[in-house]
Amino acid sequence: MMTGQRDFASGLLEPDFAAPVGLVNPDGAQALKRYDVYRNNVAVSLTEALELSFPVIRKLVGEANFKLLAGAFLRRHPPVTPILMLYGEQMPGFLEQFEPVQRLGYLPDVARLELALRLSYHAADVEPLDPVVLQQMPTDRLMAARVALAPAMRLVRSRWPVHSIWRFNAEDGAGKPSAQGENVLVIRPGYDPVAATLPPGGGSFVDALMRAERFGTALDSAIAAAPGFDLTETLGMLLNGGALIGLDED
Amino acid sequence: MLDATAHRFDRLPDAPGVGYKPQHFSDILSNAGPVEWLEIHAENYMGDGGRPLAQLRALAERFAISVHGVGLSIGGEAPLDRDHLARLKHLVGWLNPASFSEHLAWSTHDSHFLNDLLPLPYTNQTLARVCTHVGQLQDTIGRRMLLENPSAYLAFAETTWAETDFLAEIAARTGCELLLDVNNVYVSTTNQQTDPYAYIDAFALDLVAEFHLGGHHADADETGAPLLIDSHGCEVVDPVWKLFAHTVAKSGPKPVLIEWDADVPDWPVLRAEADRAGAILQAASA
Repeated sequence: MMTGQRDFASGLLEPDFAAPVGLVNPDGAQALKRYDVYRNNVAVSLTEALELSFPVIRKLVGEANFKLLAGAFLRRHPPVTPILMLYGEQMPGFLEQFEPVQRLGYLPDVARLELALRLSYHAADVEPLDPVVLQQMPTDRLMAARVALAPAMRLVRSRWPVHSIWRFNAEDGAGKPSAQGENVLVIRPGYDPVAATLPPGGGSFVDALMRAERFGTALDSAIAAAPGFDLTETLGMLLNGGALIGLDED
Repeated sequence: MLDATAHRFDRLPDAPGVGYKPQHFSDILSNAGPVEWLEIHAENYMGDGGRPLAQLRALAERFAISVHGVGLSIGGEAPLDRDHLARLKHLVGWLNPASFSEHLAWSTHDSHFLNDLLPLPYTNQTLARVCTHVGQLQDTIGRRMLLENPSAYLAFAETTWAETDFLAEIAARTGCELLLDVNNVYVSTTNQQTDPYAYIDAFALDLVAEFHLGGHHADADETGAPLLIDSHGCEVVDPVWKLFAHTVAKSGPKPVLIEWDADVPDWPVLRAEADRAGAILQAASA
């Protein structure tokens, strides 16, 4: 009796599938509970990986619900590489579709923020741009330049107060979330990623920089989004967080 | 790249090592005790940068490092994942570890990574396939690897080879060395209702370059027969220490690793396990 890996694998993610034939107990009888050990290892270890990756989602839905949610997720989106620290990329899209959490409309963006923090943590180390370079550059040249951004920088734009929700559930003593949408900048000054809410217009500005628009164009879109846009504050957040790494004057 | 001083660790010392956990970073640097080397799981160091790689670079200046892969699926029916081979080559290339090891197991099917070390039947066909994969890995990373015996919960009706012979034959055909996990021996032989000492006595100990020790939990199958689960979540049990002492008395001292991956304890608890392993090595070399 041959037991192929297709047969062995097919039941691992499907609790209702019978154990494949050809797997035996010491007495030669078909292995049932022994096969379930592998089935359990797969589901439990992948669920634990998701618990580590999405602690705030877990807190928001509760531990028992998160296990159900993770079980559905890992069956629909099993990992496609052995690098589990990056597992869960499809979680925001999954939460948008997952029926039981439809009334929690902010969950997908909270998952985006948790993903952004994790990707930032593992991103490449780069030398930040010396702020003096920006200060000394004539305005017309700066406006025409494009900036290179650190791989550890991430932007999460949300119509929900996503950063406040995240903080309220991740940090002791954080205030209750307001009702306003938030654009969140993730920066990594050293090895620990930091999330910060951008001022009005800041999301449009950073978004344009990420699309490799010229500095001046990014500034225009920020002012279009928020006429009182404060460039100094947003630029300070980017520079202090080591998010700018170069200037390209083509 | 690491500086030249790191290259003095060209082999693992015949001493205790531990599976590295980031929460132990400063304890290890200030109070390593008997621990002379560290094992890392390759897949946890495949990010682009950040703290994990910075910690690894710092540790590699002080300790010999063993890179232990848990995701290549050497026992898989499918060809090895070329992307993953390239990642392993990159890691081994920049880190230049003292050792690289992987498992006689599979974990990937249809491009899905199942995150468990799954068993394979031991037949002429699977032997040929595993040898091809071991050869391909060794060619890719440009060095000899260690292949580890798995923990098994069940058996395959189609198996025709004893695991000990199967591993020795892979080593003979590919030139790889073996990693003998003594806890896995105890778990597998208990689960298969065979004799762990007979397994050790049949094992090609001259091909062993490293030992593993870890904790397991006890359960029972649907007939009430003992079913040990290789959990790596507690202390090494006394029967496994005894089996290890028997093994080392035959093989002589070799590098030995304490694995503790779930419910990871504070450093002194893990260090005490390393102390106990070190005492057994010393008794064997006396």
